[in-house]
Amino acid sequence: MRGRAPRPFRACPGPTPSLAGAPLPPRYRRTRPSPNRKAPSPMDVGTLAFSALYQFGDAFAFLVLSACGLAVIFGMMGVINLAHGEFIMCGAYVTVSAAHAGLPLPLAILLGALVAALVGALVEIVVIRHLYERPLDTIVATWGLSLIATQGTLILLGSTMAGVGTPFGSFQVGGYSYSLYRVVLFVAALVVLAALYALFNWTRFGVMARATIQVPHMAAALGVDTRRVYTLTFALGAGLAGLAGGLYAPTMTLVPTMGTTFIMEAFVTVVVGGADVFLGTAPAAAVLAVVKATMTSLYGQLFGQIGLLLAVIIVIRVLPRGLSGFLLRERA
Amino acid sequence: MTAKTMRGLRAAALTGTLLLGVAQSITGALAADPIKLGVLEDQSGDFAAATIGKVHAIQLAAEEINKAGGIDGRPLELVIYDTQSDNTRYQEFMRRVLQRDKVDAVFAGFSSASREAYRPIVDQLDGFAFYNNQYEGGVCDAHMIVTGAVPEQQFSTLIPWMMEKYGKKVYTLAADYNFGQISAEWVRNIVKEHGGEMVGEDFIPLGVSQFSQNIQNIQKAKPDFVVTLLVGTAQASYYEQAAAANVGLPMASSVNVGQGYEHKRFKPPSLKDMYVTTNYIEEVDSPQSKAFYDKFKAKFPNEPYVNQEAENSYLAVYLYKQMVERAKSTKREDIRKVIAQGDVCMDAPEGKVCIDPKSQHMSHTIYLAHVNADHSIDFPKVWQDIKPYWLGEAGCDLTKSNPNAQYTPSNPPPKP
Repeated sequence: MRGRAPRPFRACPGPTPSLAGAPLPPRYRRTRPSPNRKAPSPMDVGTLAFSALYQFGDAFAFLVLSACGLAVIFGMMGVINLAHGEFIMCGAYVTVSAAHAGLPLPLAILLGALVAALVGALVEIVVIRHLYERPLDTIVATWGLSLIATQGTLILLGSTMAGVGTPFGSFQVGGYSYSLYRVVLFVAALVVLAALYALFNWTRFGVMARATIQVPHMAAALGVDTRRVYTLTFALGAGLAGLAGGLYAPTMTLVPTMGTTFIMEAFVTVVVGGADVFLGTAPAAAVLAVVKATMTSLYGQLFGQIGLLLAVIIVIRVLPRGLSGFLLRERA
Repeated sequence: MTAKTMRGLRAAALTGTLLLGVAQSITGALAADPIKLGVLEDQSGDFAAATIGKVHAIQLAAEEINKAGGIDGRPLELVIYDTQSDNTRYQEFMRRVLQRDKVDAVFAGFSSASREAYRPIVDQLDGFAFYNNQYEGGVCDAHMIVTGAVPEQQFSTLIPWMMEKYGKKVYTLAADYNFGQISAEWVRNIVKEHGGEMVGEDFIPLGVSQFSQNIQNIQKAKPDFVVTLLVGTAQASYYEQAAAANVGLPMASSVNVGQGYEHKRFKPPSLKDMYVTTNYIEEVDSPQSKAFYDKFKAKFPNEPYVNQEAENSYLAVYLYKQMVERAKSTKREDIRKVIAQGDVCMDAPEGKVCIDPKSQHMSHTIYLAHVNADHSIDFPKVWQDIKPYWLGEAGCDLTKSNPNAQYTPSNPPPKP
């Protein structure tokens, strides 16, 4: 047994107000240089700053919301949940079905998160619980679950589902109009981070969960029902994934494979943030959001993706333990 | 004792079954050897929404043909594999249908990436494949018949019409693979020819679902309309996000609505003023179209939409029947002799279609579909009998030589 001094979970810095590496104005690729560019007036600078902030916030929200469920399950339990995208899909499908059935959208989103959490608890009890001593096997098991969930949804519910439309409309800043719902997503990401911080630092469940993660035997000896803590933690991670799905459902196409569009961003964020277990997620998402927003704005979507992957390569290279070494240390 | 009896009984039963099986296969072969058609389409994965209907259309046509006595008296047998929107699956299954299942022809492929993944295998194994899908054009390959529409049919009609109606500043948002890149080249050329201006182009990797930056790029460039060549269900998220950001620009496309029925999937009015050139969608209002739609819905009542590629696949089965019956053979070279006569035509649900012998592509009726604010469809214009002329004019003539190549406007066939 290898004990570690309990370490308090630190608050995440969140998005830093300074945007030193803020995206420059978009340029058009391949065709020709931008027409009649004038010297920027103060008004233009304000517009540019806002659009840079908006793009950063948009990328940040997507990274945080995609990753936090995965980060909780991986950081707290050492389980790499390859069915993460399918919990997102589950949340989105439940949200949209409930909204179609007449439930107001905010309640529908919460219902989506709740159902995903329940499914997560069930999966933990039936499958994951039996594999805690075999961390690599959980990868295969959750991957299998993800295949079953995707294909099962396709067979049972068909290839697509009608969307509900994005609420709140748009607002105008400078020459651009923006979707207000995107700002809501950014706020939701901040609220989720704050709520996680509060949950793990200030509640009884949080204390028991941290005790269980750090020294499971000792926690059990002190009367903590560790099995229940694991189930609840997994359900929390699944519920966060469902929440991400529910929040993004109004803005996206609803298909059984929709989870895969979150997966790359989720894993990149968790790998980069992994060094400080799950609260690494927030700073990682902030850094990656700057990388992604800048690269996308300058060179297009492909380079946004390349930027994210390069960031991971650098992090893995610089942090010598890497993903699997890190995983084994956590489970030791 | 009992065990011995049991073993004897089992052996006798087994021999009986074997004999029966052999007898059946012999009589079956004597009655009529089936014609085998391989069907490789994406029934799962990112493209499934647009392609499950193709498989159903082929099943519908095969059932009708078999009920009416088959092809030249021989039943049509389908060998169907799910290619999972995955290019390597296409290569795997193409080898399997040609080598193990020994099919007479293969109907295969949705994305151009998948077509270019399997086409060398068809060439190498000397197979015969139908690509029943609209695409970026240019495939000059005697092993292939293309029943889908091509850019000279979809863009040469659409882009000038849009420029006349909305203005000459154009922005292209295209999927970043061979289809999107080559289609964007066509758009660029046509816009230039008609005195317009490209104010921007963005290429999006497949599977991307977040478009905030592209939406801002478009707003900055202030085009008169946006050409959306977005492929796959993930990229379709663009419409919802652009509508939420109140972009409010008319859109033009050769792939959307006609394949992924986005106007049925997204809440109105996110696709308002989308214009699509398509050779069929279920809203086409003609007696043949209605009859096809009713037959389709009778067999597959839960089909969400009968799209362009479903019709292309359906008519391809009937064209194949006609060619085999006229050639009295399923051999590719015999069938190509029939095509060379230049009169392989049929009355399809869209209208009359014919195969062009030079390129082995099809002439089509092109409908300009316009999505209204409530996502209903009207057709401001219909172009009759648009021929796939580009390859032939550029110098591809499969009746004389077979280069097994794909050409683009910037990479045309070599001049003789």
